[in-house]
Amino acid sequence: MKEQLEKIELLAKQELDSCTEIKALDELRIKFLGKKGELTAILKQMGKLSAEERPVIGQLANKVRADIEEALGSKLASLKADAQAARLKEETIDITLPGKTASLGKLHPLTKVENEIREIFMGMGFDIADGPEIDDDYHVFEALNLPPDHPARDTQDTFYIEGTDETILLRTQTSSVQVHVMETQKPPIRIISPGRVFRSDAVDATHSPLFHQIEGLVIDKGITMSDLKGTLEMLMKKLYGNDCKLRFRPHHFPFTEPSCEVDISCFNCGGCGCSMCKDEGYIELLGAGMVHPKVLENCGIDSTIYSGFAFGMGLERMVMGRYNINDLRLLYENDVRFLEQF
Amino acid sequence: MNLSMKWLNDYVKADMPIKDYCHALTMAGQKVECYEIEGAEISNVVVGKILSVVPHENSDHLVVCQVEVGKENPIQIVTGASNVNAGDIVPVAMDGSTLPGGIKIKRGKLRGVESNGMLCSLGELGLDKRDFPYAIEDGIFIMQEDCKVGQDIRSAIGLNDTSVEFEITSNRPDCLSVIGLARETAAAFNRPLTVNAPEFNGVEGDINELLKVDIHNAEKCPRYCAGIVKNVKIEPSPRWMRERLRASGVRPINNFVDITNYVMLEYGQPMHAFDLRYVEGSHINVRNAVNGEKIMTLDGVERELTEDMLVIADEKKPVAVAGVMGGEYSGIMEDTTTVVFESAYFEPSQVRRTSKKLKLKSDASSRYEKGVDPFISMVCLKRAFQLVEELGAGEVLNTVIDCDYLNYDEKCIVEFDHAWINDFLGTDIPKTDMVDYLTRLGFTFEGDTIVAPSFRIDIEGRADIAEEVARIYGYNNIPSTDFRGVAKAEFTEEQKFVRTLRNTAVSLGGYEIATYSFVSPKYFDKIKLPENSRLRKTVKIVNPLGEDTSVMRTSTIPSMLDVLSFNYNNRNEKACLFEISKEYIPVEEKRSYQGGDAFLVNSGKPRHEYEYQLPDELQRLTIGMYGGNADFYTLKGIIEQIFAELNIKDVEYIRACDCEIFDEKYALHPGRSAVILKNGKYLGIMGEIHPEVQDNYELGAKTYVAKLNIPELMETANEKITYRPLPKFPATTRDLSLIVDDEVPVAELEKAIRGAVGKILEKVTLFDVYKGKQIEDGKKSVSYSIFMRSHEGTLTDEQADSAMKKALKALANIGAKLRG
Repeated sequence: MKEQLEKIELLAKQELDSCTEIKALDELRIKFLGKKGELTAILKQMGKLSAEERPVIGQLANKVRADIEEALGSKLASLKADAQAARLKEETIDITLPGKTASLGKLHPLTKVENEIREIFMGMGFDIADGPEIDDDYHVFEALNLPPDHPARDTQDTFYIEGTDETILLRTQTSSVQVHVMETQKPPIRIISPGRVFRSDAVDATHSPLFHQIEGLVIDKGITMSDLKGTLEMLMKKLYGNDCKLRFRPHHFPFTEPSCEVDISCFNCGGCGCSMCKDEGYIELLGAGMVHPKVLENCGIDSTIYSGFAFGMGLERMVMGRYNINDLRLLYENDVRFLEQF
Repeated sequence: MNLSMKWLNDYVKADMPIKDYCHALTMAGQKVECYEIEGAEISNVVVGKILSVVPHENSDHLVVCQVEVGKENPIQIVTGASNVNAGDIVPVAMDGSTLPGGIKIKRGKLRGVESNGMLCSLGELGLDKRDFPYAIEDGIFIMQEDCKVGQDIRSAIGLNDTSVEFEITSNRPDCLSVIGLARETAAAFNRPLTVNAPEFNGVEGDINELLKVDIHNAEKCPRYCAGIVKNVKIEPSPRWMRERLRASGVRPINNFVDITNYVMLEYGQPMHAFDLRYVEGSHINVRNAVNGEKIMTLDGVERELTEDMLVIADEKKPVAVAGVMGGEYSGIMEDTTTVVFESAYFEPSQVRRTSKKLKLKSDASSRYEKGVDPFISMVCLKRAFQLVEELGAGEVLNTVIDCDYLNYDEKCIVEFDHAWINDFLGTDIPKTDMVDYLTRLGFTFEGDTIVAPSFRIDIEGRADIAEEVARIYGYNNIPSTDFRGVAKAEFTEEQKFVRTLRNTAVSLGGYEIATYSFVSPKYFDKIKLPENSRLRKTVKIVNPLGEDTSVMRTSTIPSMLDVLSFNYNNRNEKACLFEISKEYIPVEEKRSYQGGDAFLVNSGKPRHEYEYQLPDELQRLTIGMYGGNADFYTLKGIIEQIFAELNIKDVEYIRACDCEIFDEKYALHPGRSAVILKNGKYLGIMGEIHPEVQDNYELGAKTYVAKLNIPELMETANEKITYRPLPKFPATTRDLSLIVDDEVPVAELEKAIRGAVGKILEKVTLFDVYKGKQIEDGKKSVSYSIFMRSHEGTLTDEQADSAMKKALKALANIGAKLRG
């Protein structure tokens, strides 16, 4: 019997070795270890054995069963591992095929840059003020120290509204919002007013009768021109990086005194001079100045107690500079092939 | 303003490199646009003397010249010109020379004869007859200049000036002059400025015997100076004057016209010279025009005047519109013998209004309307006469007329508070430095006050003085301070709301667009608006660029359709776009400020009242799409997702054609359009574009648009989010397939189910709508999954079945029955 048991073990191991499928493994288990299996058949003959032989053979039979089970188990594990490896191999894909696009839209580049500027200013404690796009002469010009017959009005070709004796007009600058704010808020005031403005300029690559401005206003006790410079420098460093340099040039705006124009070191050459900046090294960026005392007084703010500064910039110019867009018309044509790039 | 650097050097030494000069002036406040070095394109062109001219052996029209050019041997040049003779002094472009327009001259052979350069005409040097009146235009420039053979042509003909173009801001008309810019130059470089008072000798004679001047409106014309030149000789002015005019961008004409222009450029004072013959009665009256009075101005246009305009008139007729333009027949003619010079001050807004009303601008009017120095009239008259004498152009009478109503006590005096200026600028500039800067600019000091010079019409207060100090000190020398104070900014509710809308629209696949606020009134017909539609009532622009941008839009949908059409016609196969922008709706009744708003918060004074009512500006979210999977339901899906984000629940969709709120319904397919409302509030309109409108916009694909009213959305979206506990008990589901008349909207079925099932209903999901085979004509099959759940315990089958029975009963009432 001992030989029989050893033969079964040998046979089982041989068959296991040649087995390649998990299903066949189950059949082998039944064949050798099942109720009607070969081992059981031998064990059934145990009764015929002598009392001395029985425990010896019994022990041997148990060992054989354990060995076969262990062999079955390890074979199962190895077959499973093979199967998984095969599946993983089979499931391999070409990872260079294009991704399936989720349908996400895009913000307009004007909105994108405006959002960025809004966030910078909010971080510096500026509220965002909105105001009417169609306003009256008083808020757009007169309160801003541009009385009727002021020659500077020529530079802002204005659209007037029919039936209003040229008193209602499309705002030419968002500075009108500053007036509304100063009329209704007490200092300290710290706002920016982004929005649409309108000037009678024919459409070409750099002009549009409608464009966007972002103006800022700060009014408090003891505000100085140094503060104006510091604020604009901080803004531009946040927008264009720490390497950018600003240059302040005297200029004239009726609503500020002193007034300045601010140039930024050329994005292209960094200030050495190139064709983009016409060898200047700088590009004109915005207008600014200390709020004219008359403007403060017009809005009811005592100019002997308070001072402030204001600045204004064209959003289109910043967007075009940022993305290297060479034609302003693209921003208002809204071709999806354009829009999807931002 | 174009500045001649040669002219500038009469008043201040400006010998620095031109780039340094331009930069310094720009940084001190007079911005240089560009500069032009005259003759920069000309090189290796010299003065030559023709020694001999012989015919060319192979040509009838060419001649061969031997030309002395200051070298050891003369050179041979072949020319086609017929006006050269031996002894002539001419410009010679040598071998390897360059001329304006990038032309290069090289030695070569003309019909077999060697030619070592070119003889030049005026045109080839970039000049014309006005620069050298004695020369002819269609031949070689035979020079009558004081020069040497071999000399560089640029110095020989004075083509070696540099012209600097300044952008002068409207507050500094004093800088529209050589002396004004010389003063700025002297201040910027801290160099002395030398301006001598002009004097003339004159011939004995009493002007009052020849001319009488009366000012009838001294408010508008407080100063009028006049003088007379007899026995005038009209001829070209000398070269130095022509050169300076040319470098200043002014064409020389004749000595008298040139003198008036010269003085205007030099001092900024417009001058007028006219023929005494045409002054009837020899009597000049500065008076208001009579309504309907006419004058033919110098530009040859007859103009009708009104009584608010000021004219220079003789006893019968106006001879000039004061400060704007002279009359046609009063100018200097070939046979003029006696010339009247006028140097006057006219009040700026008077000139501006007249110029605007007549739509007539001139160099003089643009100067007067900005403001010239009122005290300079006589100085300039004297300067003109000094030049007349220098040029030998006539005999100046030694007596002049000076009608002077100016108030000499009226000075612009500003307090000099040097500490305040430093506080205002954030600087620490010593008082002595400030005094120095201001003195250089012509300011004077009387105790603790500063007196502004009369030409500085822009100076009003201490902020102006601060600017003067700052610009000479240098803006870039002012320190920068970090911004101080507490940040407490926040978005308004509306700003937050719009931000949410925008981000949601993007996350749903929308591309944001930006369109003009003004549109063409043609859009009314393009979107099929009826004649009486309220959308046809627009805010109109008086002076639009063109019809396409002439009215403020009352609907954002046409702008969207324009962009969709643009994209379709650019062969973009699909588009899903959105815009957040405004509509502009005229308001009939006048509104005033309410309550506390009526007063300025900072002073308590009443606010400026609007004379006319402003229109309403209403924010809209507009969505448009075509191509891809665009259909009514994709658009509706987008809108539903927006509502979900805004937490707007249970909105109703009603047929747009049954609703009077949105006139855009006429642009939409009547069977595929809806108005969206919630609790009686109209949130918007959506649908498929009407086929006719689709054609009008040349859209070849079915197109869908929606417009949502942002203020109404904001009011509706005000619902708070409250957490509901997660369910403890399982849900029970029942599916219902129903047969119902096709016309019954599914919303009614859903409403019936909701009503019948009641509290235990969790949600109703429509999963199929079917028409066709096995379904009777005119009917449709609609299938729902109904989810029910109780928070008290697991629902029994009996409870669920009983709910279904109630639902079926309610459905039967609207004609829906279970599909068999």
